[in-house]
Amino acid sequence: MTDPAAVGADTDEAAGGPTGPTAWGVPVTESFGQVVLHPPVDRWFETVAACRDDGYVMAIDLTAVDYSAHPGRTDLPEGVGAERFEVVASLLSHATGGRLRLRTQVPESNPEVASLFDLYPGTEAMEREAWDLVGVAFSGHPDHTRILMPEDWEGHPLRRDVSMGRIPVQFRDAPPAR
Amino acid sequence: MSDVAEQVTNPMGPGRTDLGPSERVFRRDETSAVLRLSEAEAAVLAGGADDPPTGDVADQRMILNMGPSHPSTHGVLRLMLEMEGEAILRSKPVIGYLHTGMEKTAENLTYLQGPTNVTRMDYAAPLFSELAFSLAVEQLLGLEVPTRATWIRMLMCELNRVSSHLLFQATNGMDLGAVSMMIYGWREREEVLRFFEKVTGLRMNHNYIRPGGVAADLPDGWQADVRRLLELIPPRLDEYDTLLTGQPIFRGRLQGVGVITPAEALALSATGPILRSTGYAWDLRRDQPYLAYDEVEFDVIVGTHGDSFDRYAIRQNEIRESLRIVEQILDLMPAGDYRVQDKKVTPPPRARIDESMEALIHHFKIFTEGFHVPQGETYAAVESPRGELGCYLVSDGGPKPYRMHIRGPSFVNLQTLPHLMEGGLIADGVAVISSVDPIMGEVDR
Amino acid sequence: MARLPLIGDVSHVMGDGLEGLEHNFVTARIENLVKWSRARSCWPATFGLACCALEMMATGAAHYDLARYGMEVFRASPRQADLMIVAGRVSQKMAPILRQIYDQMMEPKWVISMGVCASSGGMFNNYAIVQGVDQVVPVDVYAPGCPPGPETLMHAILTLHDNIQNGELTRRRTASNGGAGIQVQVPDAPTEQSVELGSR
Repeated sequence: MTDPAAVGADTDEAAGGPTGPTAWGVPVTESFGQVVLHPPVDRWFETVAACRDDGYVMAIDLTAVDYSAHPGRTDLPEGVGAERFEVVASLLSHATGGRLRLRTQVPESNPEVASLFDLYPGTEAMEREAWDLVGVAFSGHPDHTRILMPEDWEGHPLRRDVSMGRIPVQFRDAPPAR
Repeated sequence: MSDVAEQVTNPMGPGRTDLGPSERVFRRDETSAVLRLSEAEAAVLAGGADDPPTGDVADQRMILNMGPSHPSTHGVLRLMLEMEGEAILRSKPVIGYLHTGMEKTAENLTYLQGPTNVTRMDYAAPLFSELAFSLAVEQLLGLEVPTRATWIRMLMCELNRVSSHLLFQATNGMDLGAVSMMIYGWREREEVLRFFEKVTGLRMNHNYIRPGGVAADLPDGWQADVRRLLELIPPRLDEYDTLLTGQPIFRGRLQGVGVITPAEALALSATGPILRSTGYAWDLRRDQPYLAYDEVEFDVIVGTHGDSFDRYAIRQNEIRESLRIVEQILDLMPAGDYRVQDKKVTPPPRARIDESMEALIHHFKIFTEGFHVPQGETYAAVESPRGELGCYLVSDGGPKPYRMHIRGPSFVNLQTLPHLMEGGLIADGVAVISSVDPIMGEVDR
Repeated sequence: MARLPLIGDVSHVMGDGLEGLEHNFVTARIENLVKWSRARSCWPATFGLACCALEMMATGAAHYDLARYGMEVFRASPRQADLMIVAGRVSQKMAPILRQIYDQMMEPKWVISMGVCASSGGMFNNYAIVQGVDQVVPVDVYAPGCPPGPETLMHAILTLHDNIQNGELTRRRTASNGGAGIQVQVPDAPTEQSVELGSR
């Protein structure tokens, strides 16, 4: 099967800017046989739009990850600065059967990324979940509210600095230790 | 080979390219079918005991709340419906009533304990969640699972598809009023669950498919049990056809109800029977084969009109296709190991622990600390009865996942609900929810 | 000569008139009849939340028939239900709704907490799940299992029926004034005060 990223791969490597291969104008890596693009956060929307125009008709998944407790990512290409949050989108092309994953680094100081609703309305619920659980905002989202937690919940549970909320088990009628 | 390529290139089938209009799913304003109203705003509109509801009293519009405790919302799904008389104009599915924090829990469980957590997401088809998780872990580990384990996984998953679709038949019938269908569907499901109990030890939430293979080998005499299922279920399916498929009332309630075009389904990221009911032939088992699906023969069932009747018929026939696959597995099941023999990943057999110090140490390490998985991130997807079930796994080199995200098909498919219900009556709304077949465990996780 | 067990010779019953009163009537306390009928036709409310709901439906289906106990009608309206089987994990968002449904049920009402998630939070000890449904409603019988098989659920139901029939539950409820039986310790007051949540 031809490399699906080759569809958008840039022939002139120097045009991409940083060293290493690029596709659709952004650095590309490979992870266990899957093609991963690393667009910068200000070019998120246009990169996804370019992929959509190249046949990636379905946005399968969109999620966010908080890397604050991670020892250090080793799979980022050169020129891509690691930030606290990452928004990960998975696209699928039915014509070629190719899958594409896009990871963008979202800084903690301004955790906001463009919403993909206008390209794929199916990302509406996925972006709401990413906002609710991880706290990454999506500008231009039609309904930017919590989806899983109660509307008055404070905090974003899936962030690594938020605890599990474990309640220690109490054994009230247990006989006292002898 | 060439016609497979043709099919993958053109999922609408040879000759058809028209995907239909999809403009209505991109709308953001009040003309959209999705009611984008927060709970606070809805409370203001509803008014309290002291202040009357705002809004024009003269028009017939009202916002009706359906659920989360409701006999036909398939679990704890809440719908806010904006209605004009009996017709639904806009709607909003409100979810989160079963949010269990499973993705956060996964960060505290080892990779061997992971399947116990994910299996409770889609509780009607638990083996698929376990399979997606195990495939993702095995990708990160670079493990090659023995062929027998692969075929056992395939057998169990196809039987799980049968039991999940039987559950759909039962609940779909009951939601439309054919209450006896509930009893019949559960009757067949009990037979399949009995086989699961024999193999895995549990009727539901099996924790059977684990990274490295499966938990235990198939018991002696399993072929006789499977053959019994293969003889029992098809005549019962014909009974369901007699009861439901040709029946004018059933058809009248489902045909033309909840119609969606292929382009809309694609835009909304719908997969599974919803996408296939529009005529779009995409099934991961055939188009991106995992396990050993490229070695068995089966058809991908596709509808024509994109309505609820098509989704019912697709699931009915998918049971038949799954049984066809099971019959082939009966003949083709290879001998061999049921789990990979890598000592770092697979716990040793219990008898070995008394004999060998290393076996004891490996057992101890695997069950207390857990095996370490190299750093990386991956996505693995399977075709569950509801659509594409994916697991995005990020590992930091430790014994527990750093981040596990499950792409639940029902979570994404629920977005089609407002568009399916738009313009229909509330009774049709019940039929539509039932045809989408959401399982709230995987919606809310 | 007609003989009936325990009663003996009854051939003269028809002609006995008022003297035959003692072998023509059965007497019992009304209490016992009421408890007997309450136990025998306990209608469950649909409160299936998660995986346990599937096992609850399986218990009501043909194989593990609940109709033999008069319980196959799962009433959707809590006003018509006597028994709430909380089947599944209760999340923080769902807890107020659980209490609302419980309050809408008419006395006498009973609660079976089905499964470990409902009984104690189960395997999910985290921010999202209420650690035991007895934090929200008073529970009469706990059924363990993940999920409890239909046999376990039926054992729980039969235990409940026995307790209804020997009056144990009504006695306990009256003693604690209904409600969730939560004890609140007020620092100034010398003794504990019990709090009623919801009305009887």
